[in-house]
Amino acid sequence: MDSTILQMQDITKTFPGVKALDGVNLSVQQGEIHAICGENGAGKSTLMKVLSGVYPHGSYDGKILFNGQELKASSIKDSEAQGVVIIHQELALVPYLSVAENLFLGNETKRGVFIDWNEANQRAAKLLARVGLAETPVTPVGQLGVGKQQLVEIAKALNKDVKLLILDEPTAALNDDDSAHLLNLLRELREQGITCIIISHKLGEIEDIANNTTIIRDGQTVESLDMADPASTQSRIIQGMVGRELSARYPEREPEIGQVVFEVRDWTVRHPTQHDRIVVDKASLDVRAGEIVGIAGLMGAGRTELAMSVFGHSYGRGISGTVLMDGRKVDTSTVGKAIKAGIAYVSEDRKKFGLNLIEDIRVNTTAAGLGKISSAGFVNGNKEIQIAEHYRKSMRIKAPSVLAKTGNLSGGNQQKVVLGKWLHTAPELLILDEPTRGIDVGAKYEIYTIINELAASGKAVLVISSELPELLGICDRIYTLAYGRMTGQLPRSEATQERLMELMTIEKENAR
Amino acid sequence: MTLKSELKDIFTKNLRTSGIYIAFVLIVVLFTIMTDGLLLSPINLTNIILQYSYVLILALGMIMVIVAGHIDLSVGSLVALTGAVSAVLVIKTGAPWWVGILAAVAVGALCGVWQGFWVAYVGIPAFIVTLAGMLLFRGLTYEVLNNVSLSPFPGEYQEVAGGFLNGLLGGYGFDMFTVLIGVVAVAGLVWSQYSTRRGRVKFGQDVESMAMFIAKNALAAIVILWFFWQISISRGMPIVLMILGVLVIGYHVLTTRTVFGRHIYAIGGNLSAARLSGVNVKKVNFWIFVNMGMLAGIAGAVFSSRSNGAQPGAGNMFELDAIAACFIGGASTTGGVGRVTGAIVGGLVMAVLSNGMQLMGVGASTQQIVKGLVLLLAVAFDIYNKRRAGAGN
Repeated sequence: MDSTILQMQDITKTFPGVKALDGVNLSVQQGEIHAICGENGAGKSTLMKVLSGVYPHGSYDGKILFNGQELKASSIKDSEAQGVVIIHQELALVPYLSVAENLFLGNETKRGVFIDWNEANQRAAKLLARVGLAETPVTPVGQLGVGKQQLVEIAKALNKDVKLLILDEPTAALNDDDSAHLLNLLRELREQGITCIIISHKLGEIEDIANNTTIIRDGQTVESLDMADPASTQSRIIQGMVGRELSARYPEREPEIGQVVFEVRDWTVRHPTQHDRIVVDKASLDVRAGEIVGIAGLMGAGRTELAMSVFGHSYGRGISGTVLMDGRKVDTSTVGKAIKAGIAYVSEDRKKFGLNLIEDIRVNTTAAGLGKISSAGFVNGNKEIQIAEHYRKSMRIKAPSVLAKTGNLSGGNQQKVVLGKWLHTAPELLILDEPTRGIDVGAKYEIYTIINELAASGKAVLVISSELPELLGICDRIYTLAYGRMTGQLPRSEATQERLMELMTIEKENAR
Repeated sequence: MTLKSELKDIFTKNLRTSGIYIAFVLIVVLFTIMTDGLLLSPINLTNIILQYSYVLILALGMIMVIVAGHIDLSVGSLVALTGAVSAVLVIKTGAPWWVGILAAVAVGALCGVWQGFWVAYVGIPAFIVTLAGMLLFRGLTYEVLNNVSLSPFPGEYQEVAGGFLNGLLGGYGFDMFTVLIGVVAVAGLVWSQYSTRRGRVKFGQDVESMAMFIAKNALAAIVILWFFWQISISRGMPIVLMILGVLVIGYHVLTTRTVFGRHIYAIGGNLSAARLSGVNVKKVNFWIFVNMGMLAGIAGAVFSSRSNGAQPGAGNMFELDAIAACFIGGASTTGGVGRVTGAIVGGLVMAVLSNGMQLMGVGASTQQIVKGLVLLLAVAFDIYNKRRAGAGN
């Protein structure tokens, strides 16, 4: 066996209220490609941030041994000096600067106080040749596609004399050609002795390229698989990723399902700035009265994009397809029209899209339905308080009064305010995007209870969630979305995490 | 909650909102002492109203612009342009006084449409659009006036900003009508406060203690009545004060009680959330600027009336007075926070500062230095308070 380049021992990282990593162990061999797999929120990115010094030494427990010595990075700069470089999912390049300027940013080739551009461009050209990028060093980075930008990032890492390269979801935003090129490059780098850790949801890719795979679940290491072993198949990885028992974390419910309330046909959405990228591709789905329907999909599958584009075309461009409410075609091209049609959308990011945090519960509760409590443009203040008070009680929002600022509430209570706000618009369909993200377990149960009550009152509910157990626990039916396409639907009785994960990871050429 | 702890809160927990009132009182006391009481004399109080009314009118529109997260740098030039149009109509063509005023308001609103279009529908930052407007409207003013001042206005026109209602109901050494307006103002204030309080109690909300409620209202009543008494023994009720009063009440109601007002705060507080709540952001932004233009037209009419003519350089730096009034009055630089009442008190702080220093014979250069520092300190104080609140104390 080769020598071990990296040993992460018993890494534990706690955020206020959440244990993101709980005694994780990771061992990487010199010169291998090591994949890390796990569900959304399993702790993969947190682990890599610990390794690369984003979370400085001392903010976590445990020990990192790199080349046999303990790594105590207090910043990214420290770990980069040791040869550990991370490339994040969101690329960190300056679009208006040239390739060469980006490559040497913070690390400029200087002659005295001036930058020696001739030497810089020459060195840049050499680096670009190493990563197989046929662009001149003076091209502004913003003119390159995402795939080429990724290569610039790798060239930048090479310039820093990288020994261990970490890639977080490198191919998530790439098309097939660019992905293939990138994977080939990683193989070449491996030959040159550069060790690589890759986080990916694309299991096919991992099977292709990785020497070893470590699976992380709920902040703990599950197992490490040797990919040379024929038993290490995609389904074997899936099993490791989801192998968790369902406990009684979900309230009981007897569904009473009625007519189809909401239907989307052939919904297609393009990326708002990259026009050739299709984010949602001819998706169709329906939800019945009293039914809770889930959408499962990995990060980047287009779940939120689908929901937001339906809700007032709030995402994307070049949107086509039809929305039907109660069998009639409706126009949802603005948020106002969508609300009128009876649709409500509870965003995955309540602080950014859901609440006005500097205002009180009362104002937030009525923000989407002011028309209901006003006449001739004047808001009826007493009625408003009455309504806010009603939702405070029925949602069991813990706050001293409805005049309390929403910015001071806990995550669970904020989410309840957002739910109250949308219930006030009296929708027929509620789209709940990650309804329990960032909420503690007790409050989650309360949110599930509220969702169940909504369904029991005859509303159609569509739930988007990254947590498969959550979908299995509350939904009557689950759609799977992969790379913008609907890849299947399973009734509750047939759905298991393994089957969902299989459908969620169907890659483009195999979809449908 | 006891009266004592509520009083303490005014100086601690609620300092962010109450700070401006405390500062105002301190400044008034300071200048009263330094001018041997001249500041609060009947004649000077009347003068403050006449002299600074147009800044207060501009602040009414500006507070809505700032709460929505924008800025308007063009209002000074717009005051000049609207005044010039009015002067050309009334002085040059001999149109009746009211035609001039209506024209000023209409031109102001039209310029607001122009700027609202670029900000709301094209999406150019208001800073740029109104910076362009500042130059554009100033240039148009020169064009309209052919580079020369116009004066004087006929008597009726001068009355708008310089006239008084006096002796309508008689009185012995004081004007009964002015006192009556003061009484009505107090009654209206107490009634509106009381009905809000009653509504909150009815729906089980916490309210301040009855003692605090009475103390606050009694204090306000005394100050208002005293103020109206002072001006009643001077020259009576200034017409411009009535205009201002109607506007202040109107815009206070608009911002606190209407759907449109709510939408302004929603946009400034969290633009994305407002959009996803179905607020027609473009439309609201558009009307905010139309409204600002209209108020600049009113201010233009008032200012031209007070200065009895139109000058190409009129209204210089007015935008900065109006903006300063809003920030001193507690508006947030990031939008979403600010009140009409705060902007008015902020405007009065600026007015008392200028007036007090003038009474003391302080030079114009020192006045500017002091005003600049006050603005800076007011915003620094606001940011300090925000941090304190953010730290959870």
